[in-house]
Amino acid sequence: MSTRKAPTKAPAKRKRAAGRARPAAGPYADFMARAYVMEVDAAERYADFADQMDVHNNPEVAELFRKLSRIEALHAKRILEEMGWKQPPHALLTWRWDAPEPPETAAHSEVHYLMQPYHALQLALRNEQRAEKFLARIARAPKTPPAVKRAAAEMAGEEREHVRLIQGWMKRVPKPAKDWDRDPDPPVLGD
Amino acid sequence: MNAPATVAALTAQDFKSDYKPVWCPGCGDYTVLASITRALAALNLRPENVAVVSGIGCSSRIPAYTTCYGFHGVHGRALAAGTGLKVARPDLTVLVAGGDGDGYSIGGNHFLHACRRNVDLTYIVMDNHVYGMTKGQPSPTTEPEWKSKLSPGGTGLREFHPLVIALAAGANFIARGFSGDPSGTATLIAEAVRHPGFSFVEVLSPCVTFRPEQRAWKEAVHPAPVAPTEDPARAARRLMTDDGFNIGVLYKGSRPAFSPAAPKAPLSPSDLEKDFAL
Repeated sequence: MSTRKAPTKAPAKRKRAAGRARPAAGPYADFMARAYVMEVDAAERYADFADQMDVHNNPEVAELFRKLSRIEALHAKRILEEMGWKQPPHALLTWRWDAPEPPETAAHSEVHYLMQPYHALQLALRNEQRAEKFLARIARAPKTPPAVKRAAAEMAGEEREHVRLIQGWMKRVPKPAKDWDRDPDPPVLGD
Repeated sequence: MNAPATVAALTAQDFKSDYKPVWCPGCGDYTVLASITRALAALNLRPENVAVVSGIGCSSRIPAYTTCYGFHGVHGRALAAGTGLKVARPDLTVLVAGGDGDGYSIGGNHFLHACRRNVDLTYIVMDNHVYGMTKGQPSPTTEPEWKSKLSPGGTGLREFHPLVIALAAGANFIARGFSGDPSGTATLIAEAVRHPGFSFVEVLSPCVTFRPEQRAWKEAVHPAPVAPTEDPARAARRLMTDDGFNIGVLYKGSRPAFSPAAPKAPLSPSDLEKDFAL
């Protein structure tokens, strides 16, 4: 495993129109609640992945996942602050996304105990790309109310910025060797 | 888009303990844990009012990963312990969880009779068609042709069909979920908990270590093409022709849940003496 440190700088979200009065209900609040759920879900999943890597003695990737989790949690907190919500909105089970999980969340099946920082960043890149696509589609949809359109377009822009940042990070960590997942003491008995 | 009308009293995170799961990364059981905690939060339950009971196996570690009351019991006996708990403490929401080996082989007899008794609890089986904890032996739901170092040439045995058995034995709610769809599975679990009587939720939960080919399940699963039925005869026809990948609620019965008789006043020693008198 690489001894090079994974990037540490968090992508900063621009502050969206701070101080402006926010409606407590309606399409804009609904959209922001959904954005909040998206960020929280991503933060929780990265934290889960970090725990898994800790358990499987992969501290470097664990640290990277924990960092990504903190970044997403910060984004979620900012939405709460911007909306003036004292408590998080209820993540309704009836919400449906384009896929079984919110766009910024990687499936549990996408990790491996021998994965390297590059793989973790690849996973994060896919998450950001999905989020950007999801938000851009909302921004483009003709039926989207103007306030939601503006917010979605702004968030899509932020996700695009994250994509660029992660692509930059990926250049700074070593690319895994072809046999990165070879385990000299595998859990499955070989012949 | 639905409005976030209510404020959550507790979130899914509040139902997760500080213990880190030791499952293999990629295991479907992580998502089932997430689905259970989401369902409990959505139901507005509190950890102290919920008990999670399990047997033995990878998935049976789940009680330790929640903040609810938990009982990690004997292999195959999770339903016996869960049934006893629910009858003694009907105020608790009881979830029983485990795997296909624990539930359908070692605990097969308890599974039949738990369905028949119809005690108001929810049984969640994380089915990966293999005994993962003991290094990959075939389980009752393993396909007959699946070959491994431990089953050369395959078992040649017809696999167990848990949903059909559950229906025949009297389960009051039958659903199938997929671990790759955590929100969908959480919705199924919440509905199962709400439904009175014995609710059975089978969750297809891939074992990426011993059955890596199960990663393809995400392409195989599909929503059940028909609405849930209350008619057991219709449900039986559907389940008998099921491809094993229909996801959703497949049967919602209306049989009243088992209700234990009110406890009688304890007998006095003189009453007992009368009973034993010759």
